[in-house]
Formats: sequence, structure tokens, C-alpha cells
Amino acid sequence: MKKICLSVIGLYLTFLSAFAQTGTESTTGYKSKPLKVDEINLVESYYKQDGNHSPVTGGIGTEKVTDLSNGLEVKWLGYDASGNKHELMLGMGIDHHSSASAAFVSKTGASKTDGNRIYPSLSWTKENEAKGTQFGLGGYYSYEYNYQSLGMDMHMAAKTKNGGEFNAKVSGFFDKVKLILPSELIPVPVVNTNTAATVTSYTTASGRTVYLSSGGTVIASTSNTIPSSPRNTFTASLSFAQIINKRMQVSIATDLVAQHGYLGLPFHRVYFTDGTEKVENLPDNRVKVPIGIRLNYFLGDNFIIRSYYRFYTDNWGITAHTASLEIPYKFTPFFSLSPFFRWYTQTASPYFAAYGKHSTSDKYYTSNYAYSAFTSYFMGLGSHIAPPKGIFNTHLSTLEIRYGHYTQSTDLYSNVLSFAFTFK
Amino acid sequence: MNFYYQDLDKKPLTVIVTQTTNMKSNTICFLLAILLVASASSCIQVKEYQKNKLNDADMALSSRKAEKNELNFQSYREGASGANGGKTGGGCGCN
Repeated sequence: MKKICLSVIGLYLTFLSAFAQTGTESTTGYKSKPLKVDEINLVESYYKQDGNHSPVTGGIGTEKVTDLSNGLEVKWLGYDASGNKHELMLGMGIDHHSSASAAFVSKTGASKTDGNRIYPSLSWTKENEAKGTQFGLGGYYSYEYNYQSLGMDMHMAAKTKNGGEFNAKVSGFFDKVKLILPSELIPVPVVNTNTAATVTSYTTASGRTVYLSSGGTVIASTSNTIPSSPRNTFTASLSFAQIINKRMQVSIATDLVAQHGYLGLPFHRVYFTDGTEKVENLPDNRVKVPIGIRLNYFLGDNFIIRSYYRFYTDNWGITAHTASLEIPYKFTPFFSLSPFFRWYTQTASPYFAAYGKHSTSDKYYTSNYAYSAFTSYFMGLGSHIAPPKGIFNTHLSTLEIRYGHYTQSTDLYSNVLSFAFTFK
Repeated sequence: MNFYYQDLDKKPLTVIVTQTTNMKSNTICFLLAILLVASASSCIQVKEYQKNKLNDADMALSSRKAEKNELNFQSYREGASGANGGKTGGGCGCN
């Protein structure tokens, strides 16, 4: 693992030094162009899943989830007086989800099952087209009731003379997980009695302090603040894309990910062999190393082969392989249909055990089936429409529609339907 | 026979040795992959006017816009994530 880390860091530093050598030169012959809206992207997606291994109920119980996702991105382009291209991207996403198992955060099944997430983003990229270099910054925010995330990144790219392109990105996400416990695991309030004033107070699991009079009447209460725990994620991403010939191009990408903090979820139950129950407990650090390779080939005049393979390993004991193949068929240069198939398999983390299978002597324990050994398949059909004068001669320049069906050997299955609209 | 090392979560020594060996082979795979792509730099030069097929939208070396939420749900439902243009951090506290 150390060697992998050092290899990636070494490559990253090499890229940094390469960028450091690119100076700026006076290009007074250029005329600046103010930022103008270049493109608007709207992505709509509906996701529905079912299964019978919810971690909320300890690895048994419904996994019904629906999610309606809406993402809007506006891209502006402009040029400064030195001829550098500037791209500004403003994004806003709003999701509405409903999870049947969330009801059982409360033992009675009375908890709220739906919620919303909003996630604005902003990024800026400066490109020197003559030199083929890019530099940019990005910021992200995400909010939902039990989770907040603040992220930022720095990204850069450089083209080589023979059709290659290096990309590097470092990002950090600073998240907060609200510690919402299953109702039966909320600690019993500690009662303090002030005998002089005959006032009793207690602090609830959510951090609220309640003051009672001698008669038991609530006389004061602090705000209802459920404590949170941090989760930080740092990622160094590197990729290299290369044109092989007039019909083939390939890319390799890796993300070295280091996570620290509270990496489980506080409402995930675990049931032990002796019948006792606790909240899942996972290590407070995780290092992930995925490496992906894409190869696209234009076969004849109508077929394209889009292939992808990823190897993944982490220090939680999971090793995974992903392979996918998509074969767009171009009916015209502007319309294609793309059947796709994805295969995924992973080994189990030693921290995983099914319902009632964990020993009380286990240091780390979870019954979240995302950490179990399984194989999954995802298949479906996509279409891409992009006529040169826009769809029906409107500003709608591109429309993508995709439907996919997902099955896991854990019995989880889902369907997802997505639409992506690009306006120019 | 399994020997236990005190501070490594009581994993059998054989498991630790196997994991270390796996990590070494992973490193070798990673470096080989880098070399493979680096060797691609000797590929033929394609001029701009010869890139009509490479510039086709379906030939893009990235995930599609409409795939964004597919990548999200896969990262929540599976142990692996990253190296596919999807998210590696942030996001939601999904259940």
C-alpha cells in the first residue's frame, strides 16, 4: 500500500513540476471577450430499488428506496486579454428521496422516511489553448438532514505533442455526519438535581438539555442540537488519455483516496450471536486505490466499442473488479442507440457479517451488505441525439436517455431512468 | 498453525502475509498499467482533420452526462468507487 501511495504521489509531483515550468508570456495581440453562457445542462434521474438486507435493521428488512434527482449546470466561457480561455461552471442539484428502512431508525417504525438533498457547486478553469494547459479550482456543498459536506478541489491538465493529455486533481471533502441513533440505543438521560433550587435537568442523546421544576413541569429547554461527527476525504486523481490512431483512444485513471473520521452511519444496527444489539463500528480511516482503464474504438462506420475495466483495493479488505462494455450503433451521425452491460464483483470486508452472526468480541462490525462479497450486473439501453441545428431547431442541442436494470447477488435490484438535456 | 500479532486486530499472520503479498502484486499491476499507457505515447500522430471519428460524442473517454446518478448509486451500494469520473467523497449519508 505504501508503495502504491508513493508511486501516485511521485507521479503527482512530477506533473506539478511540469506545470511549474509553464510561464506566462505577453500576448497583447489578444482581445478579451466577456463571459457568455455557452451551455446549460439539465440531468433528471429517477431511481427505484428494493431488497431485503437493510443495514438499518441489522442486515434484514426492506431496502425500498426511491430517488428523484435533478441537476442543473450553467457553463460560461470567455477570454482574457492574454488569450486565455476561462470557463465558469455553476451547478445546483436537488434530490428527493424516500427510504422505507429509514422508518425503523425508530424501533416503532415511526421515523420520517423521506428527505431532500441540495448540492450547489462552482468551478473555474483557465485554459491556455496555445500551450494546451489548464488550471482550475472548484467548490462543492451538499446538505441534507443528517449529512453535510463541504468540498474543494484544484485541477490541472496538460496536452502532449502526440495526442496525449495528463489530468491531475486534488480534492478535499469535509463532511459532518449527524449522530442519529436507533431509538432503542439512545443513552438514557442523565438526571441532575439541584436541591437548592429544586430544579432537575437532563441531557438527551440529541444534545438537548431539559430543565424540570420540582413538579416535573418543563421550565426550560436548550435548542435541539444533535451532535455531529466529522468525516474527511482527501483524493489525488491522476489520468492520462492517449490517441492511439484515427479510430482508437485509451485512458488510464486512478484516484488515491484517504478517509478519516466517522466512516459508518449511526443508525445502522448490528445484532450479535448472543442477541445483543449495537450501532455498526468501522475503522476511522480508509485508503482506497482504484485504477481504471478505458478503451474506445470506432468499428467501421456505425459501431463504437466503449470498454472499461477497473481494479479496486482498499485497506478494509475489499478487492473488486469492474468491467463494462457499451456498443453504440450510429443510425446517423447524430443519432445512436447504445446497449450496455456492466459486471462487478467484490470480496467481503472482514468487518462484515450477516444478521446475528457477529461475535461480541469483534472489534469492528457491520451488517451493511455493501461490504459483503457479491457480484452485480447492470444492463440497459441508452440513446444519444444531437442534430446539428438542435432538436426541432431549438436551443436543445443534445438529448441523452438511459435506462438500466441493476441486480446484485444479495437480492438487491434497482431500475434507473435518466435524461440529460444540453442547451446551447 | 496461525500466529497472532497483537496490534493488528488479531488477524492470523498468514492473512497479514497474504495481504502484504496482494499489495505487492497490486503495486506491480499498477506500475505495469502506467508503463502500458506510457508506451502508447509512441502511437501515430493523428492530425486535426483526421479526428472526425475520435471527436464523435460516443467516443468520449469519460462517462456520459446521463450516467451521473448511476455512478452515484453504484458507489453507495458497492464497496468500490472511483477512477470512473464518479464521486470519491462528499455526498450523502445514504441508507
